[in-house]
Amino acid sequence: MSIHELEKIFQDKIDKEIKIEPKDWMPEAYRKTNIRQISQHAHSEIVGMLPEGNWISRAPSLKRKAILIAKVQDEAGHGLYLYSAAETLGSSREQMIDDLHSGKAKYSSIFNYPTLTWADMGAVGWLVDGAAILNQVMLCRTSYGPYARAMVRICKEESFHQRQGFESLLVLSKGTKEQRDMCQDAINRWWWPSLMMFGPKDSESTNSDQSIKWKIKRKTNDELRQQFVDMIAEQVKLLGMTLPDPHLKWNESRKHYDFGEINWEEFWNVVKGNGPCNKQRLEARIKAHEEGAWVREAALAYSSKKQSRSNAKVA
Amino acid sequence: MNIQIRKFYYGDIPEETGGNSTSIKTTQESGWPLWEIFIRSKQGLDHKHAGSLHAADAQMAIENARDVYTRRQEGVSIWVVESKYIHATNPDDAEMFYEPAADKVYRHPTFYDLPDEVKHM
Repeated sequence: MSIHELEKIFQDKIDKEIKIEPKDWMPEAYRKTNIRQISQHAHSEIVGMLPEGNWISRAPSLKRKAILIAKVQDEAGHGLYLYSAAETLGSSREQMIDDLHSGKAKYSSIFNYPTLTWADMGAVGWLVDGAAILNQVMLCRTSYGPYARAMVRICKEESFHQRQGFESLLVLSKGTKEQRDMCQDAINRWWWPSLMMFGPKDSESTNSDQSIKWKIKRKTNDELRQQFVDMIAEQVKLLGMTLPDPHLKWNESRKHYDFGEINWEEFWNVVKGNGPCNKQRLEARIKAHEEGAWVREAALAYSSKKQSRSNAKVA
Repeated sequence: MNIQIRKFYYGDIPEETGGNSTSIKTTQESGWPLWEIFIRSKQGLDHKHAGSLHAADAQMAIENARDVYTRRQEGVSIWVVESKYIHATNPDDAEMFYEPAADKVYRHPTFYDLPDEVKHM
């Protein structure tokens, strides 16, 4: 069968909402796009543990500490679900980790911002996880089966992340003046980077068109961003706080909130590696990987020793 | 080639001078094999494929599967099997492989037209 025919069968399946599974024929570009997107997503979960891990030892109560540990542990798990999904496309775990460490593979830029106060834990949960969830809910219906299944699992767990974040801010918003100021300050710092999480504008995004045709994505960056703004603009009222955008305004004719222009220069700068914490994040990952090398080797050595002992017993 | 600078700690004898010839195959780094994980969510139900993970041996695969797939009491029993032992049908052969069942509608109860008066059937 010619490539052209295979591609047609493939696209027909996608159009009929039949999921693509690992051993099915797929265009090389579909495979590559999925590997890139899924591994970036996995890296984001793993690097995403760092800004929050920063506060585990300083959480204000045992309850908050337990919650934060559970959340960070979830993120490790989410990274694993996603790495596994990418591995079904023929990319090895080792290769993906190497690409992250060499800077070749990207992760979500949001994690290159520092977490300066305790209120940042709330803002990250509410805004950052809130933005991530919109993307992830959409991805539960993505065309590649293993990716979609990983997303379903992740979404089930992610909702706790966002809720605990909002609740944590809610407590601060009812606290002392200092606590309220801290809450507002965290929102001010995380709002714009959260909007940037949805990526470049549709008019500038290079990935969107083909990804939508292949149903890897089902909504464009701008659609998701608008959905996020509409959601958060209402929720912030319950906190009695404000979003740092003078142009944020309900537009009755569009039935959506209008909002101001994102600082795209900052966006590209952080993507290119010049954000406040890019260097620090990668260094932390590389350090963890290298310092864990002996554990990985020891576990293998132990398992092969056990294996040879049990073989000896049989013989 | 990837040249790594290794640090030697107390008691860690460099391989070249160790004189130890037990050839443990440390297939650089992620030499941990891949395992498929199956979880029984509650008594009375089948084990169902949950995902996969890397682990050095079966025991570690089970413990990691516990941490990864049952953090919220999603399981009461775990099976792990090394991925290389899973054999599967090939999607390219699917048409031919499953075709024989396609024209055997009489295998389904709805194939049989019975009068409405027949009860409990």
